[in-house]
Amino acid sequence: MFKILKKEELSPNVFSMDIDAPRVAKKAKAGQFIVLRVDEKGERIPLTIANFNRETGVVNIVFQVIGASTMALAAVEEGESIVDFVGPLGQPSEIEKFDGTVVVVGGGIGVAPTFPIARAMKEAGNKVIAIMGAKTKDILIMEDEMREVTDEILITTDDGSRGIKGFVTYAVQELVQRGEKIAQITAIGPVIMMKSVADCTRELGIHTVVSLNPIMVDGTGMCGGCRVQVGDETKFACVDGPEFDGHLVDFKALMSRQRMYRDLEAEEKDHICNIGLGRK
Amino acid sequence: MALSLKKHEMPVQDPKVRAHNFDEVALGYDEETAVAEAERCLHCKVPQCRKGCPVSVDIPEFIGKIKERDFDGAIDKIKEANALPAVCGRVCPQENQCEKYCILAKKGESVGIGRLERFVADRYMAKNEEVKPIEFAADAQKVAVLGSGPSGLSCAGDLAKKGYKVTVFEALHKAGGVLSYGIPEFRLPKDKVVKKEIENIEKLGVKFELDAVAGRLFTVDELMEEEGFDAVFIGTGAGLPRFQGIPGEGLNGVYSANEFLTRCNLMKAYKFPEYATPIKVGKNVAVIGGGNVAMDAARTALRLGAEHVYIVYRRSEAELPARKEEVEHAKEEGIDFKLLNNPVEILGNEDGWVSGMKCIRMELGEPDDSGRRRPVPVEGSEFELAVDTVIVSIGTGPNPIIAHTTPGLATTKRGNIEADEESCATSKPGVFAGGDIVTGAATVILAMGAGRKAAAAIDEYLKSKKK
Repeated sequence: MFKILKKEELSPNVFSMDIDAPRVAKKAKAGQFIVLRVDEKGERIPLTIANFNRETGVVNIVFQVIGASTMALAAVEEGESIVDFVGPLGQPSEIEKFDGTVVVVGGGIGVAPTFPIARAMKEAGNKVIAIMGAKTKDILIMEDEMREVTDEILITTDDGSRGIKGFVTYAVQELVQRGEKIAQITAIGPVIMMKSVADCTRELGIHTVVSLNPIMVDGTGMCGGCRVQVGDETKFACVDGPEFDGHLVDFKALMSRQRMYRDLEAEEKDHICNIGLGRK
Repeated sequence: MALSLKKHEMPVQDPKVRAHNFDEVALGYDEETAVAEAERCLHCKVPQCRKGCPVSVDIPEFIGKIKERDFDGAIDKIKEANALPAVCGRVCPQENQCEKYCILAKKGESVGIGRLERFVADRYMAKNEEVKPIEFAADAQKVAVLGSGPSGLSCAGDLAKKGYKVTVFEALHKAGGVLSYGIPEFRLPKDKVVKKEIENIEKLGVKFELDAVAGRLFTVDELMEEEGFDAVFIGTGAGLPRFQGIPGEGLNGVYSANEFLTRCNLMKAYKFPEYATPIKVGKNVAVIGGGNVAMDAARTALRLGAEHVYIVYRRSEAELPARKEEVEHAKEEGIDFKLLNNPVEILGNEDGWVSGMKCIRMELGEPDDSGRRRPVPVEGSEFELAVDTVIVSIGTGPNPIIAHTTPGLATTKRGNIEADEESCATSKPGVFAGGDIVTGAATVILAMGAGRKAAAAIDEYLKSKKK
């Protein structure tokens, strides 16, 4: 059992949880993820690690309520426990001192997993700029934390309520226009966002890393449910990734595979609501 | 009374009924049938059956005790050699092992050794007896077992009995390996059999740490250098699914057999939405492959509501690697065998879903390295099979995580761990390995045999280390 030490609603339907998982915290590295299961009848869901503290043994996750399982997770209160918390899984981000600025781009709750990457890049001696995108200023998350581990933050909102009006790619273009020498961009967020960042940087010739979030079951390489097409190769995101060269990823196939259980997910969410297992 | 040349029949669920439920197909002997079957055993002076058993169960002894209705004595005898008798009695391919060597098999049918083992194991479990925990010496040495599948369980059980403090590390949230995620409920009930067998090993004093991915949460070196383990056994199996590499494998509706069976067995997707893990099976399902896993996947698909399930296999019936009994069961349930056919492409619709599978007919040519006749495509014989779900069951390879994170551990070209066939010793002192991670995908009982051998070798190694 893994205890929830702290729970916070960062913005409507977006939660941050501190999980008591000392062994995971001891080994976690930026870019890795965990798989959790809320209760005995629950499914295994992957979530990217948003923060970890080796001293306190805490691993932080940030998630948005989108289906039955995240709804059930959001219903777990501080002091209560979940049954399984497996990790750290996947390959860590490649952290090194780059010749040039490192940019992390987070869209929506994708900001959370860019945090440990930004921190590690900073610790490695890089100049780090964060681009944070949100629909509107009220649902922007983790701004203070990001400010602490970066040299500069650019905010974009779809409605222009804060920062640049429009998509995160506008901020990338702004950096390029002002002559920022970008060595690498890491983009994490909805697939459509990662795709547009990759499309934009391909033309600019900037190396771009994306963190993929396909459907997973075990997360240890034994089922291949998370397989993605990268260049000419089929890769398992859970063991070969989750980070890949954004210019080689087949985003269209990824989006299609993510929709595989959409009808059943709707049925399940409905089931959970009707029998009152969701939010108390 | 003349000796019957036939085994006593074991009752089974009606094929028409069982094709739509997940209850166990074979129902097991009752007491009278078991005793009558035991009486068929001739108690050969030199029992050939024993040499066919990878863990060397004393077969004539336990059968003799059944004859005398000393069922407790019978199970004790089996347990001396076999940590999981209720499992082995069900899933061992006895026709290629103990029963193959039975003297009666020369004239008729062998003694139903597997069925008898199952009978006493089930009877013992039903009694729910207290297992006496082992009293460990204060200075007992510690052994880490990586993986809780058949090889790990058998190794752990034996080592505990020898007085070692054993911790089993398992990556999934449930112990059992392929017994929990792979073999379906209708062949091997999970709560009734697997869970109880594992609990019995736990009660001996073996510690289980679940959700612990070796190679990520800790390395082999850390276990030995930092966590005080004196030896390590690697029994992580062959769990990495292979795909054919044909176009269309990324389409929705294409599963590896591992994923399909894990969703169903481990996650209980057949009880969706009571259990949260979904599974999708269409009306027409093609399972590619001819092994036991392919049979399991096909029969599972049928039970999930598929109307038509094909086994697509590139060789002929004679070469099917699956157990005969499983093939018969599958046929009775209505699985359609498309033999001498090979898929060349999986076809999809505009939504990215499987809409069909292009196959080519095959014929058998000259024997290959394995001695089996090589299948050769018949030019121009391509045809389309109308299916909406494809399950790929063409084998598995070793997961590379441990090999990659353990410096000094030698592996083969295929990524299997190199280990001595007899002692299971690897290239790294104190590290032993056995089961599918060494041999590639094989059987439950062979993995258990390797676990036993490794336990004996670890015992020797640790004794010499202590001196």
